[in-house]
Amino acid sequence: MSSKTVQKLDRVVIRFAGDSGDGMQLTGDRFTSETAAMGNDLSTLPNFPAEIRAPQGTLPGVSSFQLHFADHDVLTPGDAPDVLVAMNPAALKANLDDVPRGATIIVNTDEFTKRNLGKVGYAESPVDDGTLESFHVHAVPLTSITVDALAKFDGLTRKEKERAKNMFALGLLSWMYTRPLTGTERFLTKKFGAHPEILEANLTALKAGWNYGETTEDFASSYEIAPAVMPPGTYRNITGNTALAHGLVAAAHQARLPLVLGSYPITPASDILHALSSLKRHGIMTIQAEDEIAGIGIALGASFGGAIGVTTTSGPGVALKSETIGLAVSLELPLIIIDVQRGGPSTGLPTKTEQADLLQAMFGRNGESPVPIIAPSTPADCFDAAIEAVRIATAYRTPVFLLSDGYLANGSEPWSVPDVADLPDLRVEFAAEPNGVDDKGEPVFHPFLRDEETLARPWAVPGTPGLEHRIGGIEKADVTGNISYDPDNHDRMTRLRAAKVAGIAGIPDVVVEDPSGAARVLVLGWGSTQGPIAAAVRAVRNAGHDVASAHLRHLNPFPANLGDVLRAYDRVVVPEMNLGQLSMLLRARFLVDVRPHTSVRGLPFSTVDLADVILTHLEEVS
Amino acid sequence: MTTTDQTTHAPGAARPSGLAGIPLLAADAPPQTKREFTSDQEVRWCPGCGDYAILAAVQSFLPELGLKRENITFVSGIGCSSRFPYYLDTYGMHSIHGRAPAIATGLATSRPDQNVWVVTGDGDALSIGGNHLIHALRRNVNMTILLFNNEIYGLTKGQYSPTSKVGQVTKSSPLGSVDQPFNPVSLALGAEATFVARTMDSDRKHLTAILRAAAEHRGTSLVEIYQNCPIFNDGAFDLIKDRTQQEARIVHLLDGEPVGVGPEDDRKVLVRMPGGRLEFVASADAAGADVVVHEAGAEDPSQAFALSRLDSPEMTHVPMGIFRSVSRPTYDDGVRAQIRAAVDTAGGPATDDDLASLLRGRDTWTVA
Repeated sequence: MSSKTVQKLDRVVIRFAGDSGDGMQLTGDRFTSETAAMGNDLSTLPNFPAEIRAPQGTLPGVSSFQLHFADHDVLTPGDAPDVLVAMNPAALKANLDDVPRGATIIVNTDEFTKRNLGKVGYAESPVDDGTLESFHVHAVPLTSITVDALAKFDGLTRKEKERAKNMFALGLLSWMYTRPLTGTERFLTKKFGAHPEILEANLTALKAGWNYGETTEDFASSYEIAPAVMPPGTYRNITGNTALAHGLVAAAHQARLPLVLGSYPITPASDILHALSSLKRHGIMTIQAEDEIAGIGIALGASFGGAIGVTTTSGPGVALKSETIGLAVSLELPLIIIDVQRGGPSTGLPTKTEQADLLQAMFGRNGESPVPIIAPSTPADCFDAAIEAVRIATAYRTPVFLLSDGYLANGSEPWSVPDVADLPDLRVEFAAEPNGVDDKGEPVFHPFLRDEETLARPWAVPGTPGLEHRIGGIEKADVTGNISYDPDNHDRMTRLRAAKVAGIAGIPDVVVEDPSGAARVLVLGWGSTQGPIAAAVRAVRNAGHDVASAHLRHLNPFPANLGDVLRAYDRVVVPEMNLGQLSMLLRARFLVDVRPHTSVRGLPFSTVDLADVILTHLEEVS
Repeated sequence: MTTTDQTTHAPGAARPSGLAGIPLLAADAPPQTKREFTSDQEVRWCPGCGDYAILAAVQSFLPELGLKRENITFVSGIGCSSRFPYYLDTYGMHSIHGRAPAIATGLATSRPDQNVWVVTGDGDALSIGGNHLIHALRRNVNMTILLFNNEIYGLTKGQYSPTSKVGQVTKSSPLGSVDQPFNPVSLALGAEATFVARTMDSDRKHLTAILRAAAEHRGTSLVEIYQNCPIFNDGAFDLIKDRTQQEARIVHLLDGEPVGVGPEDDRKVLVRMPGGRLEFVASADAAGADVVVHEAGAEDPSQAFALSRLDSPEMTHVPMGIFRSVSRPTYDDGVRAQIRAAVDTAGGPATDDDLASLLRGRDTWTVA
């Protein structure tokens, strides 16, 4: 039992910040796991540089992990941290602007040397010169206390001992917020099992951090955040990339089809490749290709063979895959293209989030080349979005875009694990016999004889006797699939392909949330902006205003009621992390004067900023 | 860095067949004919195109494999040669420029019951698709790549290709090409290919023998087929097609035999000179010399590479036949073996419970 006072809080935002090599992502992950185990609702935002190890102690090398947890439902990783842990001067400088006055800052004073201060342009230590006087500062020599705590480990070098300082920090924060250490102890045992001394050192540092909080006078009290009230169920914490990988596995399981991933490593999508590579037990086949083009080619070849072909990438990779996506549109074969969007154009901001590939997914191919698009709205929603993508791809024999982004990919939240029995049945039938007769009355197979309802063509896989056929990217004659340059046929096939995608069934109507029923302004988002928009809308309503909100998951085709919804409001505001791509589509399609609100800072929208934008629109309309 | 042992062939073990794992016709099934492998589509190559001869040879050869037609797939890229799949009554895909090896890799790896062929040309395989070609060869996916080399772009109407000779005048090189060509055999050998051969459209017997060996090889077989384009590069291979000249120019590579060229009465053999250079010398003068004996199965590809360098733009000596044929574990067998082992170790294919366990992960909590 703690001898100190314990205060109750309803929510906290903590940001761990340090050098790329300081283990901040790991520290954040562990704190998140402990917090999830406490039953709090949470949301996380890792933020790290593209360089693996930028020069030590510099601003470009700062890596951070933000966690928002509460006793109620959490919609975003939080705008501003209540607690900043700064492992060095660079981490302090890079993050200080985000920290509100009165917040807590824990600094590792050992790293505030003249040299390190100089690297980021501090003439004097901000800890001593009054810069931090409006914050609640804990100046803790984290490194030297850690090294002292590990004095008995003769077999470890000083550098190895210093490396355990992140565990000391984790122990201290765990004490502050009464998080249990058992999960982290288990984790460390697994990670360092083969190196007993390093394991012991990390466990010792972890406990030393906890004890430091417990015993020193610097920390007067600890805090408790009660578990959030969440619907009953079994929960786990999950990132968007893991949820996507699991969703694909579940979809293949429910379709009773093999899953084949052809992929080339690219940030921030590579973790999906990693996750699926380790799921051979589930029959998952992963092929790391020589380039992005081969990745999708491999996937398409597997789809031709009757598998669910998947390729994972980010925007630059989509650019390279475009021609093959067009081929898949023409061949009318199932294919899943997962684009974990990042800042662009070109290499852009590899580790930062953006939503600027929407028009690329929609139009980035030659010819009339319609592709369905789905965008998950939260990390956990990536699971359901993957299943929905597979449903559409297999039922309609079409490539499908899934637009995730860096924020969803690396961010995490608690996920109510679904019951396998509740997952949809995704089984589809392969063509098994000829579906027509030739002029002599002999049975033949027509690879482009469509299903009247779905307009999907038969999926006839190699190995099926009697259905031998040839398909290709040259225009095909309707029904027979033979090469055809006939003008009317091309016109008909182009319209059939468009009609097939436009007519995809099972897309739910967009649901408008308008609690008072008196709103004149609708805020419409898509993809990963759902959390910030919901939080901003909640803040605006709590301030006594009427505002409606809705969120799009299907970007192509749109839900059938979308036009009516847009026309029902005096003003529609569309926040997007691009320069107005969904707004352009909505204006073109529905002739509604939607108002974009855009930001491309590589970061999710701030709730406070977004609430201000909404209030401005409310004023203008009233 | 961590490495794990992967399957290797035991020395001396029988070489696995490229056709292993593909269902055969029933023993009592009537023999297949060329006609059954011929689709109902009108062949649309130019009159006199070398592709006709290759198509006829392939259609005639396929019945010999004894496979069901539904277990054969031809994948092609873009170019004149890539129309090939349309004319065969098997499964087929006419894909996009240069990407056929990648698409075929996905099919062959996920469908070991398919006999997979890639048909490509010098532009398709060596220019726009060069990357996929070399990676297919190094991976050694079980498939056969037929590279029709006519040393010109045909479908785009006559620009120089990556195998066109320096100085060649084409529509895009009116003053002669200054582009150094690839030697496809040298390239394949450098890319760790396990089976590399060269043959010619007009030599039906040789072509068929090479097709047979290529199909039988487990791994990626690369077959370069010299093919005449009568419209844009007519006569490119006349020096070795001309009956009066070919005997003096074609070096037939025969496994285990001394490498030689020329008629009986003017026979030359290939000799390794001091320093390692290879040179043809008259048989009569070769006594005591280090005569090169062709060994297609040699692990070290150096000699095969040296043979590939006998080529010259003047076609003084042109080696034909199988340069290299060695057994190495295939990528697709390796991928499937890892999955099979994981599934077997876990006690069989994943059940609903296994999926539920995956979704739960290691760290769950329950809200009542």
